[in-house]
Amino acid sequence: MISYLIRRLLYAIPILIGVNIITFALFFVVNTPDDMARVHLGVKRVTPEAITKWKQERGYDRPLLVNREAPGMAKLTDTIFFDKSVRLFAFDFGRSDQGRDIGYDIKTRMWPSLAIALPVFLMGLAAYITFALLMAFFRATYVDFWGVVMCVAMMSISGLFYIIGGQYLVGKLWNLVPVSGYDGGLDAFRFLLLPVLIGVVSGIGSNARWYRTIFLEEINRDYVRTARAKGLSEMRVLFRHVLQNALIPILTGAVVVIPLLFMGSLITEAFFGIPGLGSYTIDAIQSQDFAVVRAMVFLGSVLYIIGLIMTDISYTLVDPRVRLE
Amino acid sequence: MPFKPVILWTDALVFVLVAATLLFAWHVRRHEHLLAPWRRVARSASGMASLTVLALFIAIGLADTLHYRLALPDKGGARIYAVEELSVLDAVLGPLRTRKEKTYSAPLAIHLYAKETLELPDGRQTRGYPRLKFGGAHLEDPGADHAPDILKRAISGIAAGAVVWLVAATLLSALIARRSAGNMDAAWRAIWRGETGVQWRAVLIALGLMLLIAGPAVALSAQYHVLGTDKVGQDVFYQTLKSIRTGLVIGTLTTLVMLPFALLLGITAGYFRGWVDDVIQYAYTTLSSIPGVLLIAAAVLMMQVYIETHPEMFETVTARADLRLLFLCIILGITSWTGLCRLLRGEALKLREMEYIQAAHAFGVSDWRVITRHILPNVMHIVLIAIVMDFSGLVLAEAVLSYVGVGVDPSTISFGTMINNARLEMAREPMVWWSLAAAFCFMLMLVLSANLFADAVRDAFDPRIRSRALSPEQLEQRLAAASRAEPAA
Repeated sequence: MISYLIRRLLYAIPILIGVNIITFALFFVVNTPDDMARVHLGVKRVTPEAITKWKQERGYDRPLLVNREAPGMAKLTDTIFFDKSVRLFAFDFGRSDQGRDIGYDIKTRMWPSLAIALPVFLMGLAAYITFALLMAFFRATYVDFWGVVMCVAMMSISGLFYIIGGQYLVGKLWNLVPVSGYDGGLDAFRFLLLPVLIGVVSGIGSNARWYRTIFLEEINRDYVRTARAKGLSEMRVLFRHVLQNALIPILTGAVVVIPLLFMGSLITEAFFGIPGLGSYTIDAIQSQDFAVVRAMVFLGSVLYIIGLIMTDISYTLVDPRVRLE
Repeated sequence: MPFKPVILWTDALVFVLVAATLLFAWHVRRHEHLLAPWRRVARSASGMASLTVLALFIAIGLADTLHYRLALPDKGGARIYAVEELSVLDAVLGPLRTRKEKTYSAPLAIHLYAKETLELPDGRQTRGYPRLKFGGAHLEDPGADHAPDILKRAISGIAAGAVVWLVAATLLSALIARRSAGNMDAAWRAIWRGETGVQWRAVLIALGLMLLIAGPAVALSAQYHVLGTDKVGQDVFYQTLKSIRTGLVIGTLTTLVMLPFALLLGITAGYFRGWVDDVIQYAYTTLSSIPGVLLIAAAVLMMQVYIETHPEMFETVTARADLRLLFLCIILGITSWTGLCRLLRGEALKLREMEYIQAAHAFGVSDWRVITRHILPNVMHIVLIAIVMDFSGLVLAEAVLSYVGVGVDPSTISFGTMINNARLEMAREPMVWWSLAAAFCFMLMLVLSANLFADAVRDAFDPRIRSRALSPEQLEQRLAAASRAEPAA
């Protein structure tokens, strides 16, 4: 188990290097820093001096990969690649194109993101499992049929409409909670209620339907037939046998997103004006702050890889049949 | 020629896609074993009904794909063409595109939505709702004629829809009667009892419902703005119809772009194993570890910079927007091919151990031939399911990406840009709801029918699901077969 984990961690390194190279190529090779400067300073009527100054302030004026003029090791370290990409491995995100410290921004902004994403994740999981279990209990009846129809209809609605509709109904028409905004401490509850609710509701369609198929797959197994043959009640079969076994794929499938909860949701945070990492990313995209987007791409990949490793571990924890070699 | 056909990049790819689909259909028709799952799709009522709706959307999208540029009035010398690219759909809709009001107006309204200072005939000024330039302009006494005129036009629209439906239904039953060498009456009854091999009943019901909506919409749009106008006074109905092509292009071309990569890499990884497998697995694990939205955002940002710093590459605004749309498809394709690639690798790993592949090896068949003749046909059901299942997700993704600002070009009309422009209208007092409502309804119709069709296709093609969800009759047959087989085994 330990040696497996170490191997998994070691395997993560080449993947992160790959991610790093892809982002480097995307941000510095597709377009030269000169192009970026020109877009930032306005494409027309920009002087070469202004471009040089912009690049110098942000450290984009060095060579990409090899600095032939520098002495010794600095040949490799005094380059854009080392300064902007290799440093990411030490979680040194540097400064944004606006000059703010990205690492500090991430540390302060991940908590509001988590405050929304975590309740959505937990309550969502509970809600989806409940709905799926209900449909599985009433399988092959009208409840099940219309439940699936509802799910398909709900998953065909764009997430944007859930947010717009929810804000309009709950926030504007019924005036129950503020439409958007955020506050620290206990006061945050008022602001979080609506986004969390919408987050859970918008996921019902696809998730409840997916969990229902998992339950049905489990219900058709031999051990369930045996349990029924023993004379157990349908409730007992469903909760003691089916639920426990179906939870294995559901939970292990959900584990992978846990680290990504820190990143928050782009759309929700933008609509509700929550100062989390999602809205941070959106602001960066809209103001074309390449340094922030680059940092978020790297951070997202790291968190995703951590999620994958956690998935593997959770398999061994909940399913004793799985041995990691 | 008074016009010059223009083939944009996405147009060309759509034509390739249409040709490929036709070729595939022709190939399937000639092979009974390939036709069998499609017969199962045709027997699914929800599948056929959603296919009917999709067919209408696809027809609109294709009409919007045939682009041309009109010739400018001749002034002697060389012929000059207008900069604006129009499509056949624009020509059909004609007045819808050109009849621009000043600003917002509600659906079917004859007045603007906002009060303005009006000048009365006697020179005094007053605040009021000015008449629209085009909406209901033919009415002489707007107060009295407005409602009756709408009613009259709606009823005539429904009547026209009913006539079209009756003609279609009659033609269909005539066709079925001819094929089964029976009379029309019997064919008609067979359709309504759902006894035909293809679920024509579902098709006719879906067609009837669509005509019920489309008839009045067409009849009314001759003189009114059926879904109102937006901030700059453009007809919202026109915008929603134009959005369809963008949604379809993103949903289909993305898959078309990624398919060769996923097929080639997935199958070679599973088939050759060893270091080839390692390299390909590394490639797709790396790509898939970058969260999709972020990778798309980063790539689109970079593309924006490229387009902005290379304005000389694009002849017209439409050409630029079109190339951006294509780029978006490619980027979406790059982020989404990994899932399919993984599935194909797994399937190829399984297939290469099958006896018939081993036999092919023993006969000395080359690897390339084994892959194309034996493995490829046996993974096609996975590819097909992936294509139809991905479609609706991509249409939804377009709206979100356009909202974030990394979607289609702002000048491209799409559901995403419509929602993006309309999101602040909800906060207006009084509220402007029709743009959002129109985008919502059309998007829901498109995505819902795509989802239902995808389910029908998956149920028909996925061998795993087929064995699980059996109808009672099938179950009976299966049990009977099993009890017969067991003693022998």
